[in-house]
Amino acid sequence: MSILGTRVLRTEDPRLLTHGGTYVDDVRAPELTGAAQVTFVRSPFAHALIKGVDTAAALAAPGVIAVLTSADINDIPPQQAPPEGGPPPVSEVAPPPRGGVWDEPLLAVDRVRFVGEPVAIVLTDEGYQGEDAAELVIVDYEPLPAVVGITESLAGVTLLFPHAGSNITVDRAAAAAAFDGCAVVVEREIMNQRVAPVPMEGRAAAASWADGKLTVWASTQNAQYGRDMLADACGLDPAAIRVIAPDVGGGFGAKVGVDRDAIAVARAARHTGRPVRWVETRSENLTAMTHGRAQRQTVKIGGNRDGRVLAYRLDVVQDAGAYPRMGEFLPKLTSLMSAGPYDIATVTAGYRVVVTNTTPVAAYRGAGRPEATAAIERAMDLFAAEIGMDPAEVRRQNLVPPDRFPYQSPSGARYDTGDYAGALDKVLAGAGYPELRAEQARRRQRGDVVQLGIGVSSYVEITAGDAADGETARVVVNDDGTVTIYTGSSAHGQGHHTAWAMIVENDLAIPMARVTVKHGDTDEVPAGSGTYASRSLQLGGVAVHRADLAVKEQARKLAAALMEASEADLELEQGSGRWQVRGDPSASRSWAEVARHAGAEGLSAFVNYRDGVPTFPFGSHLAVVEVDTETGKVTLVRHVTVDDAGTVLNPVLTEGQRHGGIAQGVAQALLEEMMYDADGNPLTATLADYAAITSAELPSFELLASETPATTNPLGAKGIGEAGTIGATPAMQNAVIDAVSHLGVRHIDMPTTPSRVWAAISNARNHQ
Amino acid sequence: MTVNGGRLEAEVADRTLLVHFLREVAGLTATNVGCDTSSCGACTVLLDGQSVKSCTVLAAQADGHQITTLEGLASDGEMHPVQRAFHAEHGLQCGFCTPGMVMAAVSLLAEQPHPTEQQVRTGLEGNLCRCTGYHNIVRAVLTAAGHREGQAGR
Amino acid sequence: MIPAPFTYQRAGSVDEALALAAAGGDDAKFLAGGHSLLPLMKLRLAVPATLVDIGRLRELSFIRDDGDQIAVGALTSHHDVATSGLLATELPLLAHAAGVVGDPQIRHRGTIGGSLAHADPAADLPAVMLAADATLVTRSPGGSREIPAGEFFRGLFETALRPAELLTEIRFRKAAGTGWSFQKFTKRAIDWAIVGVAVQGGKVALVNMGQTPLRAIAVEWALAAGAAPAEAAVHAAEGTSPVADINADRPYREHLARVLVARGLAEAHAAG
Repeated sequence: MSILGTRVLRTEDPRLLTHGGTYVDDVRAPELTGAAQVTFVRSPFAHALIKGVDTAAALAAPGVIAVLTSADINDIPPQQAPPEGGPPPVSEVAPPPRGGVWDEPLLAVDRVRFVGEPVAIVLTDEGYQGEDAAELVIVDYEPLPAVVGITESLAGVTLLFPHAGSNITVDRAAAAAAFDGCAVVVEREIMNQRVAPVPMEGRAAAASWADGKLTVWASTQNAQYGRDMLADACGLDPAAIRVIAPDVGGGFGAKVGVDRDAIAVARAARHTGRPVRWVETRSENLTAMTHGRAQRQTVKIGGNRDGRVLAYRLDVVQDAGAYPRMGEFLPKLTSLMSAGPYDIATVTAGYRVVVTNTTPVAAYRGAGRPEATAAIERAMDLFAAEIGMDPAEVRRQNLVPPDRFPYQSPSGARYDTGDYAGALDKVLAGAGYPELRAEQARRRQRGDVVQLGIGVSSYVEITAGDAADGETARVVVNDDGTVTIYTGSSAHGQGHHTAWAMIVENDLAIPMARVTVKHGDTDEVPAGSGTYASRSLQLGGVAVHRADLAVKEQARKLAAALMEASEADLELEQGSGRWQVRGDPSASRSWAEVARHAGAEGLSAFVNYRDGVPTFPFGSHLAVVEVDTETGKVTLVRHVTVDDAGTVLNPVLTEGQRHGGIAQGVAQALLEEMMYDADGNPLTATLADYAAITSAELPSFELLASETPATTNPLGAKGIGEAGTIGATPAMQNAVIDAVSHLGVRHIDMPTTPSRVWAAISNARNHQ
Repeated sequence: MTVNGGRLEAEVADRTLLVHFLREVAGLTATNVGCDTSSCGACTVLLDGQSVKSCTVLAAQADGHQITTLEGLASDGEMHPVQRAFHAEHGLQCGFCTPGMVMAAVSLLAEQPHPTEQQVRTGLEGNLCRCTGYHNIVRAVLTAAGHREGQAGR
Repeated sequence: MIPAPFTYQRAGSVDEALALAAAGGDDAKFLAGGHSLLPLMKLRLAVPATLVDIGRLRELSFIRDDGDQIAVGALTSHHDVATSGLLATELPLLAHAAGVVGDPQIRHRGTIGGSLAHADPAADLPAVMLAADATLVTRSPGGSREIPAGEFFRGLFETALRPAELLTEIRFRKAAGTGWSFQKFTKRAIDWAIVGVAVQGGKVALVNMGQTPLRAIAVEWALAAGAAPAEAAVHAAEGTSPVADINADRPYREHLARVLVARGLAEAHAAG
């Protein structure tokens, strides 16, 4: 029986559970002996001119080695501005725009544009001294009016980049769309609020510059891309840079490449000739690591009273924060997936991107797709409420039928395989939908204080959107018969070491215990893409598989020569894992013997798998909430999901990804929001204020199985990493609104905090 | 103080936090720093058998006491039942919250040997995890408490 | 993330603690569990020059049956208060409230004295002191004082404690059989109360409805005049001055106070 598809516990765990992981701040490499500690001096103003930086007092403080400002490390000229007009590649690794009007310096030069923007770097002998010395750096700020919020940005009274002439960095507003022919039209402005990724390990980097080579340890999701970014930013040949991703404590899209502050750390090492270490505080993480979401959305949905949706329009304004690091990448994906899993005749989507005096926004688990799903799932419920139809029934009437695949969505994507109605029906059955509605009706009839809400979502999402960028694998069978895999993927919790070893065991009949996986060190894996966009299994895993097959064929030739038999007669016996002449077990050779026969060249294969294409996982979620109608407090009681990402390689890993995704999705709907006051000061800059979700707010989840294989790769795999988040948020939001819809509430923006829910109930009551 | 059964003496600055003492002076880097407001629990260790957030304890306050970190949990190379349960239930992904989470779970079970699911969820409210959604962490603690069969796996 | 530099001193006795604090002047603070003070110091919102560690004064950690009174030492941890069998019987309001302060780790270190001396208006225990009509006992180089709870909390993070005056114990009348309730309304279980209500006997105290914990006097009068709990609760927000913050505006806090007082009174009535 194949190991693929079975429950296999993680090989990563014993070390993590007994010794603890080795994250950047744990690294004790000899190159970092005597490293100076880096502390950033950051702007306390959201928008200000810098009139001067006085470092004298700081330089005199105990343990201070140097204080660096923009004059010291902004000496590499910015690259040419990217050409106007042409859309950037659809890739999570779109390079941050350098040069041009939206240029973002490593350390602020004459202006700061968000609270937390770095202005100077203090290097000290010890960590504790850094915070003391940083307080002594005196920056002379001349505050400017802060632009906070999309409305203020669009008004354009204050410009963040005067030379740009506007706060709008990209304008792809959609043309007018026709809703005539629709008996019912509902339009609503909704907010997909700004959230913070909050990986448990913040940003961290260490750098050593010696003998013409720069070595950087970084908490990153892609060491190779990080190396290329550093090469560009430091004016070095990539061959002169080694980037090492040790254990990484979560990324969620916010650790793609190397962070700008990590680049500054590397430049500081080069400038002073001394190794340096940096680990940010949580307050820095909440204000200076990129945020997620932050879209203002206008949805317009039209159709007939029988439930058929005929037209849908989505207008997005993306808040990019102070610097448009990801260009139009996020709202472009939102537009691409705006139609969701529905067959709607006319879908129009457009977007604009604006800058505000807030933390820059970048990818966060789902990166543009949760926003698309949240918008259309709200629209579906608004439409259902308008025509008085059950929201699940409205969805069923509009889902793309199973016989229409591959389906060309009107918003631009081509969905490969799917059974959307099947997923919806499965989740409704699994949740016991009729009984839930009956209980809801009973509570409404009694006028209970605690009401029941049921929320549904159906979704489709795009994974490996940048499949063309490929993924690498080098599989080596060592002379002792063990295997070493060098993978371009970069797991930070996803369990690739276990999964890739499973693939090898399945392909080469070499037990997992004899397989070692290496990743994240550009000296060992010079080419690779990294882990983001839910791409690693369908690209990186397939690369391993293909390398296995290539190794197998080499081995066949070697075994044939070794055993003086013809290749056609050679087979790998699955049970024993030995090469033998078919029908003659007495003449067999081990992998070790075959590998040794390969001589100096060794037995290995390298694959750069670029034949993959994006895939489209799908599913349905159902959330059951209780709402205390006297206080507005919401409790999630049950969360049932179908998340179909094709063939499941290891259910243990897949379930873990779904759980984590669901929790972050629920958290956005229920609790989390990065908030600013009118002056651009962050109000949720600590974990005491930013309501990251805890175990006490969540139930255990009910995961239902569904595997509709992808047809475009040999593993039948689609990506599962972000699907849970995409499906969970709208189900949760819809459930809360559903709980109080009988009181006249049609919409509550996220997060559905008690005060928001209470305000919605009050307003609805006042209007009745 | 005694750390994982061994006596450790050092002179440090008065303001040294216990978590930094453990990481830098004792060289025990499993315990992590995850926040600056005593919110996240990544720094949780046992002080005289009770879970505490070592970022909110001065090393000087721990003088004369017994500290247990994740590294001290296994005995004679055998994982502690809580460690085994976290492995069996896939209760960790990136691993950063795990040392603190495991120590918090050990302390929880010492005080409540047979908790309900709700008691586990409330008992771990001081420990944030971003990867697992807590589902398997809760299963791990209940497994360690002997409440449920472990997941079959290889 | 880490405190500004300070001098750490360890007291071996109450007298020594007082002497060290007196010598340190205005810039000296007592350090008990440290879970009110150290978080502020780590954010550099508090920068005392001297910390006098009283954590070794185990004689200040006790829960004692004094006949018609219960005495709780100021250094008793929230965990010990919450798990005390004696308090579960004689003062369940206090035991319950201590059990919902923060999270388990915080409860292992934080002390009742530390929490009261810190006087955060969003903290749970100060309001319990008011509802239980507690007496706070202090020691200073000049002697000992007994301060009624109603006179102890003076303003935002401000108590009646003078410099170099140490809270040593808190005394409560036994309340076995008296109806009580503690209503703590939060977004997440670990959060500070958006609004909280402590009820014991005919006394009602509010958490986070002003700069100090507040007795809901109008509610108490209504009850004493014979109003039903639901009627009396209507007065819950009278005389309060709640702040508006990211969790709630004033009208919502006032609404919560009314709802929680009604629930608290109903629960106390049912139990008593």
